[in-house]
Amino acid sequence: MHPVLSTVLQRLGLGLATLLAVSIIIFISIELLPGDFGQIVLGQAATKETVAAFRLELGLDKPSYLRYFDWVVGVVQGDLGQSFSGRAASGQDRSREVAELIGPRLKNTLFLAGITALISVPLALLLGISTALYRNSIYDRSINATTLTTISFPEFFVAYILILFLSSLNQWLPSLANVDAATPLDERLLRVALPVLTLTLVIIAHMMRMTRAAIINLLASPYIQMAQLSGASRTEVIIKHALPNAWAPIATVIAFNLAYLVVGVVVVEVVFVYPGIGQLMVDAVTTRDIPVVQGCALIFAVTYILLNLIADIIGIITNPRLLHPK
Amino acid sequence: MKDKFIEKQAQKLTDGVIDRRKFMMSVLATGLTVPAALGLANKAEAAAPNRGGTFRYGCGHGSTTDTLDSGTSENHFTLVNTYNISNHLTHIDSDGQLKGDLAESYESSDAQTWRFNLHKGVEFHNGKTLTADDVLASYEHHGGDASKSAAKGLLSAVKSVKSDGPNTVVFELETPNADFPYIVSDYHISIRPEGDMTSGVGTGPYVIDDWEPGVHSKLNRNANYFKSDRAHFDRVEMTSIMDTTARQNAVMNGDVDCADKVDLKTVALLARSPNLEIDETTGTGHYTFPMRLDVAPFDNYDLRMALKLAVNRQELVDKILLGRGAVGNDHPISATQAYHASGLEQREYDPDQAAFHYKKSGHSGSIQLSAADAAFAGAVDAAQLMAASAAKAGISIEVIREPNDGYWSNVWNKKGWSACYWGGRPTPDWMFSAAYTEDTEWNDTAWKTTDAAVKFNKLVVEGRAELNEVRRGEIYAECQSLIRDDGGCLLPMFYNNVWARSKKVAHSGELAANWNTDGAKLCERWWFA
Repeated sequence: MHPVLSTVLQRLGLGLATLLAVSIIIFISIELLPGDFGQIVLGQAATKETVAAFRLELGLDKPSYLRYFDWVVGVVQGDLGQSFSGRAASGQDRSREVAELIGPRLKNTLFLAGITALISVPLALLLGISTALYRNSIYDRSINATTLTTISFPEFFVAYILILFLSSLNQWLPSLANVDAATPLDERLLRVALPVLTLTLVIIAHMMRMTRAAIINLLASPYIQMAQLSGASRTEVIIKHALPNAWAPIATVIAFNLAYLVVGVVVVEVVFVYPGIGQLMVDAVTTRDIPVVQGCALIFAVTYILLNLIADIIGIITNPRLLHPK
Repeated sequence: MKDKFIEKQAQKLTDGVIDRRKFMMSVLATGLTVPAALGLANKAEAAAPNRGGTFRYGCGHGSTTDTLDSGTSENHFTLVNTYNISNHLTHIDSDGQLKGDLAESYESSDAQTWRFNLHKGVEFHNGKTLTADDVLASYEHHGGDASKSAAKGLLSAVKSVKSDGPNTVVFELETPNADFPYIVSDYHISIRPEGDMTSGVGTGPYVIDDWEPGVHSKLNRNANYFKSDRAHFDRVEMTSIMDTTARQNAVMNGDVDCADKVDLKTVALLARSPNLEIDETTGTGHYTFPMRLDVAPFDNYDLRMALKLAVNRQELVDKILLGRGAVGNDHPISATQAYHASGLEQREYDPDQAAFHYKKSGHSGSIQLSAADAAFAGAVDAAQLMAASAAKAGISIEVIREPNDGYWSNVWNKKGWSACYWGGRPTPDWMFSAAYTEDTEWNDTAWKTTDAAVKFNKLVVEGRAELNEVRRGEIYAECQSLIRDDGGCLLPMFYNNVWARSKKVAHSGELAANWNTDGAKLCERWWFA
């Protein structure tokens, strides 16, 4: 079997095992939350009887290992279950499929993450390579100082500062990113401009500095010195000789940041009122809508596992020693 | 004759039936001079709500658990949305008066049998014409045996609902209730077409175009809306913006035209924005610290009185509401409501009297007060202020900070003394029945067995059936006095509803105070200036 293929399969298998472990952790953490859906939904109006009626209707009266088993069996069959909401005191079941709830939100999140990645990844690589090329120059130092500054501030602070300058004082960009399925692409891009800018500022330093460090690390290797002695220009040395060997660590860091863009941007979503999956999950946690929380957490876990898998594959493909093992 | 004609033409211009040019031509024909005619035209047009535009509303509520079934409406987003898509038999108008909504008129001779005559020719969004059967089906949905509507308890006194011809509905009540027309204005009990209570089809001013619970509701104007002088926007876009800073930014930057629930701490800064107007109404909503009479030491009259006297109400209004509210007098009827007992003396902070009653009660040791910001924003701070003011009277209050999670299940209505909020109710009877009579589950003061409480319960039943306004006023004044002095209700303040509105949006100047944002009917009542 081709070594890449066998690694992928092996990693996928491990990923599934990780997912199983994660699912148990998710389930246990939700069990630990105080209060249940009935109490939260009814709020001031919660009585023992109505809460008990809710528990019965939602199957919360069953022992937890049974509920876990039901859930896992459902997920394996591709069924994330029904949301608890909509069953509240309504008489009839108008709850929605978790998949149907998560679907549009996930699309929005992936759109935001995708646009941010399209801008920030090439930019980070470009900055990383160019700062390695002109290392210790004024250019290098100022880029480093700027990116380190933006990563040091919490993202909500960056977001509010951008809103202040770009949409309050000068009304150039909208501060509300409330897109929906019907929003045309050009308006959608305009609406996500500020969130994308915020996220770019937050993640770019990590990727850029890893690119720079990985390349500089290689510049001391004997084969680079050989290339330099053979008369290759600085640019040629870095692009042609150093960069191919630096892909593995860079890919890992990029994967890490992309995963963050999918699972960790709830603060940015709240500040810009972007209907992403993070907000949905926070909503679901506060209302104890357990199937939705579980669904979101599972998707987050899958995102991490897949992106890491891709980073590993890139690492293997770009490293001849791993690609052709003895 | 001439004046009458001019008046009629002006009304036509106001309503947009004729344009300015036609108006000028017609009034000049009566012999009026051009400047006079121009003045009339300007006046008529200024008063005219303009039709058109997309009204964007940033709402500080909304949850993925929201539905289009008004029976489960529980936050301001669903409340406004219910009013957008549907109507009720009656409603509370901008001037605070109860008026017919889908009911053209209503009457009763004995307060026990109520007849509601419906407007004729009202159409649902799906083209079906409204009949009494739709009203019956809607009331079955909310008040029937199988109903899980939040209004079920409210309708428990309805014995039967019958139609009398296609346009009349007759309610038969178990016991007389002079306030019944108010009950049917409750936002839960919206009228929907028979067989479809939940899809969002109603008779309302706007038709659902796109609905995403917890995110947005987008609606287009109902071209067949039965009120010709309402629903001025072509389109309404409601967005749920939970983050206060984001909501205020949005209205400041013009991304929305109105934002509710503004932060009281920064509202003064917000008011400085040249594009914004701050609206404020004093409603029926209030914050309370109910003491349960079934838990010692609150069963002691003197202790309750000592605590009521040991609270500096004005300080709470100044520091917790930042002045945007009014002091309470330990009963739940606000000064802006009908039947408010204005003759009752305002209870003031009086450490000496408090110390006197405290000593008389014979209690010693500290008194526990449970609070969490789940009760209302600033509840814990308010409790601390109360502890400080009570300390001056020699009363020791120990503030227990409770977790927000599960506050309503584990603390409120369970612990002896806790913090609570009430949105208020439009009539005294409704408010009393919700939280103070012996039969309600939400009687959070457990004030049931004292002599005053027994008397109070009798009076409430009597007042409900009383059609004589003067006598009713006397009864309700006495009820308020009984709660104030003997009850376990410590009610220090009524809060104002404050929201920010773009100057591009206008309203009549009168704002209903029964709910935030003009009685939650902003989309129906406001227009673009």
